[in-house]
Amino acid sequence: MKTFERYLLNRTTLANSHTLAVYKANGGYAGLEKVLKKPMTPAEVIAEMKASNLRGRGGAGFPCGMKWSFMPDPTKDPRPRYLAVNADESEPGTCKDRVLMEKDPHGLIEGCLIAAYAIRAQAVYIYVRGEYRESYDRLLAAIDEARKAGLIGKRVMDTDFACEIWMHKGAGAYICGEETGLMESLEGKRGHPRPKPPFPAGFGLWGQPTTVNNVETIFNVPFIVQKGGAWFASIGTANSKGNFLVGISGHVNKPGVYELPFGVTAREIVDEVAGGIWKGRKCKAWFPGGSSCALLLGADLDVVLDHDSLKAKGSSLGTAAMVMMDDATSMARVMEIIARFYDHESCGQCSQCREGTQWLAQIFHRIATGHGVPEDVATLESLAKGMAPGKTICALSDAAAIPTLSAVRLFRAELEECITKHKDPLAPSRVEYAGAH
Amino acid sequence: MALPAKLKAEFDELATHYPEKRAALIPALHRVQEELGGWISPDTLEDLATYFGLEPVEVYGVASFYPMFRLTPPGKHVVSVCHNISCELRGATEILEHVCKVTGAKPYGTSADGKFTVWPVECQGACANAPMIDLDGVYHEDLTREKVTQILGGVK
Repeated sequence: MKTFERYLLNRTTLANSHTLAVYKANGGYAGLEKVLKKPMTPAEVIAEMKASNLRGRGGAGFPCGMKWSFMPDPTKDPRPRYLAVNADESEPGTCKDRVLMEKDPHGLIEGCLIAAYAIRAQAVYIYVRGEYRESYDRLLAAIDEARKAGLIGKRVMDTDFACEIWMHKGAGAYICGEETGLMESLEGKRGHPRPKPPFPAGFGLWGQPTTVNNVETIFNVPFIVQKGGAWFASIGTANSKGNFLVGISGHVNKPGVYELPFGVTAREIVDEVAGGIWKGRKCKAWFPGGSSCALLLGADLDVVLDHDSLKAKGSSLGTAAMVMMDDATSMARVMEIIARFYDHESCGQCSQCREGTQWLAQIFHRIATGHGVPEDVATLESLAKGMAPGKTICALSDAAAIPTLSAVRLFRAELEECITKHKDPLAPSRVEYAGAH
Repeated sequence: MALPAKLKAEFDELATHYPEKRAALIPALHRVQEELGGWISPDTLEDLATYFGLEPVEVYGVASFYPMFRLTPPGKHVVSVCHNISCELRGATEILEHVCKVTGAKPYGTSADGKFTVWPVECQGACANAPMIDLDGVYHEDLTREKVTQILGGVK
């Protein structure tokens, strides 16, 4: 692997990295100062973001600068406007934002302030999943420090820029990581995604212009402002710029959250960063970016881990959460777990998703436990095709259908063997219990 | 029943963070669960409805949507065990079995002495440090059976 410069995780290894003193001693809030004191206009900040070609790190990979530019012109639309930070990290396999929030909360806060300035938001809500207590506490303490230091409030850095940042705790529902589900939840309702359009930039929180960005996306902002969009765009591949966080889990020797530049291959990450597949085994299958992506095979490991290369392989970068499975893994069991997850998390609004996820879960369960019937694999396929693409309000239905279709395509023989032998030859030990919804 | 004055004061402050009071409902549900016995009773749901100016069924509709909110009383301690993919690949089933053995509780059940509730949960974002449990809101990661015995053995 080529050498490269780290910037995202540099501060996280310092003692007391979560404090304002350490953050400031290591260049913290210089980006905000540049924006407010140089000063840069909001349009100049957005132009820099566009030049960087930073794409969202929450899964969809939407260009951040373009998203910000969708916010209406405040001279024509004087409504209050908001930034919501999606810290509801819940995609199975994903554990990267947590590192930033726990170890470098001021980095996120500085990013929030710059983003709020650029889109002219007067308040920021950081929606953190309820289980992330450490992230929540660290951010709350950091916000308090920043407020006392004049970095948050009516006159940020003693300028006319006013901005509040509030923490908001979710309560364990995966669907609230979907941006409109997040907004409904933040308003104190069930996390039911809204049909789009209208898009959040026109009709978001409380019906006002809103931008929703992922934690890691916002975390990149101060670096881009300081070093320039051109610097950022000089790192990476054609359509995937900058460094990114890879959370690698499952059957590797050194699972972890690692910072890498776009352009590295999955094999380099597995072998040179994560210590290789454990127990001297081979890679059978892997998710490149969380469980909502299509499965890939061990033979696909030479793919470059970026948006275009994974798309060309029929999968996607998602949250860059690589879940690695060795050659002793039961794919029936893997898919049983994945299908159960989407069944549990479907909000229930759309029938394709509500019913479809339930059926996928039941069928994978019976295949994995040796009770499958001959037509099951065909049923999985037809169900998944009825659930996606784009047949429902949000993409959760797609997220259940995509891994299903990939499993059927890549592991049909294995699933069929479980059915014909009335048992899964690779089945791990299991504990039987009914699910809780 | 009425909400304790301390909580009401907290909710009054929370409501100032938002243009609409209702946005404080989910944070408030967390706080009542933390303060009032680890669950949200029907009485508490009604009290919250009164406080927020909502129908009790609306508050119930919200509370029942979110997996972190308990509408039945748990044991003294709650052990959430991640059973999603990254944890399962690294032994979550063995950990769950062992947690049940040590606590005497079944999955989604409470031990006979009322001390532990064991709750299998979906991905908790501890994937790179799997397997994991969450004991009363605190993560314990990179688990082995021995570590589980030690952690749960230290609980009063």
